[in-house]
Amino acid sequence: MHADAFDRFHEAESRLHRLDPRVKVVATVLFILSNALLPDGAWAAYGLAWSALLWANQLSSLGVDYSFRRSFIALPFALAAVSAIFSPVGHPLAEWALGPITLIPTDYGLIKFGSILLRSWLSVQAAILLVATTRFPDMIHAFEHLHVPAVLTTVVSFLYRYLFVLSDEVLRLLRARQSRSATVTGYRPGRNVAWRARVTGNMVGQLFLRSYERSDRIYNAMLARGYTGQMRTLTPHVMLAGDWVFAVFSMVILLLLQLIGRF
Amino acid sequence: MPVTHPSLPLTTPLLQGCDGDVLKVADLHFHYPDHHEALRGVSLNLCEGEKVALVGPNGAGKSTLMLHLNGILTGEGEVNIAGLRIEPENLPTIRAMVGLVFQSPDDQLFSPTVFEDVAFGPLYMGLPEDEVRERVDEALEMVLMSDYRERLSHHLSVGEKKRIAIATVLSMRPQILVLDEPSAGLDPRARRGLINLLRDLPITMLISSHDLLMVRELFPRMVIMDEGRIVADGPTAELMEDEALLEAHGLEKP
Repeated sequence: MHADAFDRFHEAESRLHRLDPRVKVVATVLFILSNALLPDGAWAAYGLAWSALLWANQLSSLGVDYSFRRSFIALPFALAAVSAIFSPVGHPLAEWALGPITLIPTDYGLIKFGSILLRSWLSVQAAILLVATTRFPDMIHAFEHLHVPAVLTTVVSFLYRYLFVLSDEVLRLLRARQSRSATVTGYRPGRNVAWRARVTGNMVGQLFLRSYERSDRIYNAMLARGYTGQMRTLTPHVMLAGDWVFAVFSMVILLLLQLIGRF
Repeated sequence: MPVTHPSLPLTTPLLQGCDGDVLKVADLHFHYPDHHEALRGVSLNLCEGEKVALVGPNGAGKSTLMLHLNGILTGEGEVNIAGLRIEPENLPTIRAMVGLVFQSPDDQLFSPTVFEDVAFGPLYMGLPEDEVRERVDEALEMVLMSDYRERLSHHLSVGEKKRIAIATVLSMRPQILVLDEPSAGLDPRARRGLINLLRDLPITMLISSHDLLMVRELFPRMVIMDEGRIVADGPTAELMEDEALLEAHGLEKP
């Protein structure tokens, strides 16, 4: 009955799941950084980056196309780069008149757009893979090890904790409303938009009140069990030989990517 | 631990001559998205005016079954309310016929004041304002809470919230009242008040409860559920004497 739509962790026994979360977090962040630094039109480097991603997918035992299948959710955000197509630099390819505005796509702009799209797509997939193979507390733990400020990690971990509380609460409120949203013959149901909007507004208010009180209770319960501001996890974080190998190997690939992309 | 009681004739309804004219559930199966099988072939008939208690351990499928009775959950099988089969297109009508009261009254009450909460159902139906007022007054009177009209739901005691939650569905004039653990968390006085209220409500009723004392006092017919199945269905007085049966399904003779 609980909404677990946000939890993207996929339980599996794999090389990537067992990898030290610190290695995974660092490799993912550097992979994203590397993508951002690659120049436009470095197709060979993009191709290699994608192969690396496929290889990581393979290691996760979730399927070679796992991160690809999940990545479409982020595509709408890439549309923000559409304006790059109409870059004033480069050779015009066509001329579209939209009323008073004339849009001129250029070859340079098109390459830029394609590059942005690919790079963000690759980065999103890396993040998806990280979240799918790392338990959330482990991820927070990794961030703590990497000296991310405690305030940030605490805020993120609470956000995560309460997201579920909040969505469960929403689910129950909606269910209660649904149960009493009925029709009888001869009358038009639903009254009018203004009334329904008012009810929805009331529900949002109730939701705030309840989640506020509930979060207080949860926090008290956490304190009562000795919570001191740090997420604990039973998974021991010890860098094994395999973790070092993976870390070094990823760094080499990232360096190679940059070299190929630039020369 | 799977327990079966093949010795009990499950198919014989208690009242003869009625084919489940208010509620008829036939071979209902349901599993949650995580593949946990919550209902494994539940069949249940309720006749007009019957008051039936649904008992069984936590996780037996009682709440899941109740969420099927107004179509919030839809499993495989058949659910009929007063002859109307639950299907997507008649859900709004079904919801006017089934008054479902959730276990936690906090889940039920989502408006700022008692009046607005009790009025939600009738208002949504699009009834004229005079009739809405009349229904709210009637419903609050039935649960003996007429003085609470303008109170803030948020600030009531659990027992008061429970009564208001019942009023919110009574105002829709349902054919059957479905209550999920109505006496849970009530102090003895509030519990006694609730028992008297449920006794006096002249309406078909299906309640789930762990409160076997209340069940014995109030409900002539008892249905025991365990592991997604109905394992016994019969006169409360008889089933309560079968200590082996009660014990096998995590219940205690009161």
